Amino acid sequence: MMTTTRAHTQSSVLSPQSSFMGYRRAYSGRAGVRNLVLIIPSVVCSNTVVQRIAQQVPECVFVTHQHGCSQVGDDVEQTRATLIGYATNPNVAGVLVVSLGCETIEGDRVAQMIADTGQDVEFLGIQESGGIKATVELGIEKCHGLLDRANRYKREAVPLSELILAVQCGGSDAFSGITANPALGITSDMLVAAGGTVMLAEVPECLGAEHLLAARARTPEVGEQLIAAVRRYEEDALRMGVDLNKGNPAPGNIKGGLTTIEEKSIGAMKKGGSTPLNEVLAYAQPPTQKGLVIMDTPGNDIESVTGNLAGMAQMVVFTTGRGSVTGAAIAPVIKVATNTPMYEKMSDNMDINAGTVVDGTQTLQTVGRRIFEKVISVANGEQTRSEEWGCNEFGINRIGPSL
Amino acid sequence: MPDTKDRIAGETRALIMDAKDNVAVAIRELSAGETLVIAVPDGSERVVTMVEPIQFGHKFSTADLAEGDQIIKYGERIGRATQFIPAGSHTHVHNITSQRGRGDLKSRSED
Repeated sequence: MMTTTRAHTQSSVLSPQSSFMGYRRAYSGRAGVRNLVLIIPSVVCSNTVVQRIAQQVPECVFVTHQHGCSQVGDDVEQTRATLIGYATNPNVAGVLVVSLGCETIEGDRVAQMIADTGQDVEFLGIQESGGIKATVELGIEKCHGLLDRANRYKREAVPLSELILAVQCGGSDAFSGITANPALGITSDMLVAAGGTVMLAEVPECLGAEHLLAARARTPEVGEQLIAAVRRYEEDALRMGVDLNKGNPAPGNIKGGLTTIEEKSIGAMKKGGSTPLNEVLAYAQPPTQKGLVIMDTPGNDIESVTGNLAGMAQMVVFTTGRGSVTGAAIAPVIKVATNTPMYEKMSDNMDINAGTVVDGTQTLQTVGRRIFEKVISVANGEQTRSEEWGCNEFGINRIGPSL
Repeated sequence: MPDTKDRIAGETRALIMDAKDNVAVAIRELSAGETLVIAVPDGSERVVTMVEPIQFGHKFSTADLAEGDQIIKYGERIGRATQFIPAGSHTHVHNITSQRGRGDLKSRSED
């Protein structure tokens, strides 16, 4: 609440409903909702060093991952683009890249490419620095420097039109498509009306609903791109001779009452609201259009959110029926429960209960407005449950084999 | 999106999302023999008697469905009946099947 008050008093030019208090990054022109220093390994081999540094400088956030070596072709490009996109997300004020020194996706080159954007970046190679102890000591020093420089940023009024909100669902149940997703759809429409951007993703979870979204495409080409993206996932299942429904809907979805991918998709689609679809983005690609866009990511929540954030989304609203507890190191993830029993059972992981719609105590409109208000107050600094717990799931979508 | 706000009241036990639907979602645990009067978004009502218990969040048929019939929810196709499904039956993975991403069916038909 304190942060909302601050938004009211400081944004004299822009009204609170059309702005948030963000951190403007001069180098990109983008504005963040958080002001973080990120420690990121360029390769799996640096994970321990990254964790050791983060233990000593808990003001920083960090991620670990399994990639960065023994990769080829487009897979290398996608992994590298994800690392660079994540490090230059506007929520990140500065970044320390920790490399081993012999990896495929050369850490010094990743750091140089981050530096080329204008982002504040430091680099350490473990082999070059003389092993774990020396690198951790140097890393602590570099993080303090990054934090000092990050602290120079102050919040300022930023129009809502600069907000890119990723909308996700995970651990869906039969209520996802009835309560939380349509309520989030109302939020999405409100943000689009304010000039902002809503980023859908999870393309396999369009299967069976793609015609509904394609019918809303800004141009026939955009609609065709969406249909083609969905078809690629379906063709994977056909080529492998497997039933896609054996993996998606997942067993938990089925326990929750969802039967087929079509049913899950139609419910999932509702979180994008009702406005035209303006763009189909590649994984980790920043939008060039405002309004509703969709990023071609898998249904895997972690890989999908990671791609969204590498594509410059500053915040995520994530609906869940079974109860997902995932978050992200560099962005607030607002959890919306689809049903009251799960909300009550997992209340320390949920931010909003949309189960009130089936309880008969609130309308979809009311819940949609509550999510919108939550988005603004979280943008202004209010912590989400996932941030309180320090959730930092990170997963890069791989498109090639490990060799 | 279907506007459910006026139909969802405290005593509602099941939801029909679109007038074209032939399944409803239980929003309470339902018992065998229980008869429901369910509001339909077009203003009409459907009366369905449960032939078996239905779990919270699960679907049941609101009409007799023949094997091969399209299952409609949200006004859209979500699958096909794999057997005769009398009205008031649990409709789930045991009696309805997806028609998308079915590489298993393709390989079978190529045999």
